[in-house]
Amino acid sequence: MAEQGSIPLIWRRYPQRYRLEGNKCENCGTYFFPPRLVCPNCRRRGSLTKHVFSGKGVVESYTVVHVPPDEMAGQEPYVLALVRLEEGPVVTAVVTDVDPEDVKIGTRVRLAFRRISEQGESGLVCYGYKFAPEKGF
Amino acid sequence: MRRVAVIGAGMTRFGERWEEGMRELAVEAGVRALESAGVRGSQIQALYVGNMSGGRFIGQEHIGALAADYLGLNPIPSTRIEAACASGGLAFRQAYLSIAGGEFDLVVAGGIEKMTDVLTGQATTTLGGAADQEWETFFGATFPSIYALMARRHMHEYGTTEEQLAMVAVKNHDNGLKNPYAQFRKKITVEDVLNSSPVATPLKLLDCSPITDGAAAVVLASEEMARKITDDPVWINASAQASDTLALHSRSSFTSIPATRLAAEKAYQKAGIKPKDVDVAEVHDCFTIAEIMAVEDLGFVPKGEGGKAYEEGMFELGSDISVNTSGGLKACGHPVGATGIKQVAEVFWQLRGEAGERQIPDAEIGLTHNVGGSGATVVVHVLSRYPDLRQR
Repeated sequence: MAEQGSIPLIWRRYPQRYRLEGNKCENCGTYFFPPRLVCPNCRRRGSLTKHVFSGKGVVESYTVVHVPPDEMAGQEPYVLALVRLEEGPVVTAVVTDVDPEDVKIGTRVRLAFRRISEQGESGLVCYGYKFAPEKGF
Repeated sequence: MRRVAVIGAGMTRFGERWEEGMRELAVEAGVRALESAGVRGSQIQALYVGNMSGGRFIGQEHIGALAADYLGLNPIPSTRIEAACASGGLAFRQAYLSIAGGEFDLVVAGGIEKMTDVLTGQATTTLGGAADQEWETFFGATFPSIYALMARRHMHEYGTTEEQLAMVAVKNHDNGLKNPYAQFRKKITVEDVLNSSPVATPLKLLDCSPITDGAAAVVLASEEMARKITDDPVWINASAQASDTLALHSRSSFTSIPATRLAAEKAYQKAGIKPKDVDVAEVHDCFTIAEIMAVEDLGFVPKGEGGKAYEEGMFELGSDISVNTSGGLKACGHPVGATGIKQVAEVFWQLRGEAGERQIPDAEIGLTHNVGGSGATVVVHVLSRYPDLRQR
């Protein structure tokens, strides 16, 4: 990640990162997360409306990261996953509150709001979504 | 569109080049390319330079101007091209288009990256810039981890094993051993790969391409110009490019790179060949899984059979399709912006019979495959000994 610390850069993504706000094209019915500015299927014929995702999903793939980016130093090893949300889109996120060995393809997870990283020399603390196993949540 | 040929190639030794800065590397590769082509600098009409991130690696932008300046090529137009790890391949394509479209007759396409002037953490962070900063990297993704997600899914769907991944690295190190330009000239075993430290499971250190300094350059000419200068041109039979989503998670597949399939189909169609006609291919093996996906997506083996192919030694030096005779990104090294040009240089040498110890017999048709990021940009070229492969 970039050596950042710009507050607007973080602030402007609060709705998506804090509440899983994405959108849906009313023309073709496709859900998008992160939200699209133009529906890639319908382009100008599309009509995008806000959609807050349920936060339930399934692990499509995962990896245990042993060499983290500087901003996440100390959190390793952590599980990074492709999580398919029940509405369709896939997000890249950490699976937390779990023994890395217990994450498998097909593990059911749900949204968990967490501290993500500390950025730049300013040490700006960033929050956002991670996912935790649904079982025992 | 006019026919275009490659008439010369040069590169620096790839590796940790602590004695040299970016400009020294650019000149070393550029001069070798002009010598190989037998042309003078004053004949060159334009320069295209692939560079991913001079700004983040050495604080230097305006790489097009720097290269033209230090190569003594001012005042010809010089343009920097950026498409992450596909910067070199794309610079080559822009050079090709500039001649095919009739603007120029003699052009240099180069690529360069100076990566070892920053600490490893900074280099890793900079390379992460090829991914989606806001929706992948922010949440903890590193570049190896993105390919690891593809590897894990490929293993799940097709039964690909960590041993098969390791065999890609072993084969590329065997080839690198025969390449005087390669960063690693060291034989490794499957056990070495399996026992190397984990980076992002299932990928280990020896599944990953290294951080490298280096530059490469090739000289391109219109048909008329090429025939005046050389009896031994290598023809560009197809140039194709495709784009996909910046982030892996938005793609239609996690076990292939769809833009590779699209660019390859277009390239085969333009060149009038089938995948099996290819004799030598330089493919984008930034990680071992990337080469397995490449041989599948390029149509060398059916989808899902890439891993098994390595158990059978299918892509070794001198087999039906020799893959990454240079050692690939894995063993030859991966100075990001230079890689796509190095691929063309390697195929040029193979087709001209100038590849030394690693020369494969009777190479007639070559392919280069250069990927930006995790597959958002793909460039494929077909090169051969024939100006028109339909009439061979």
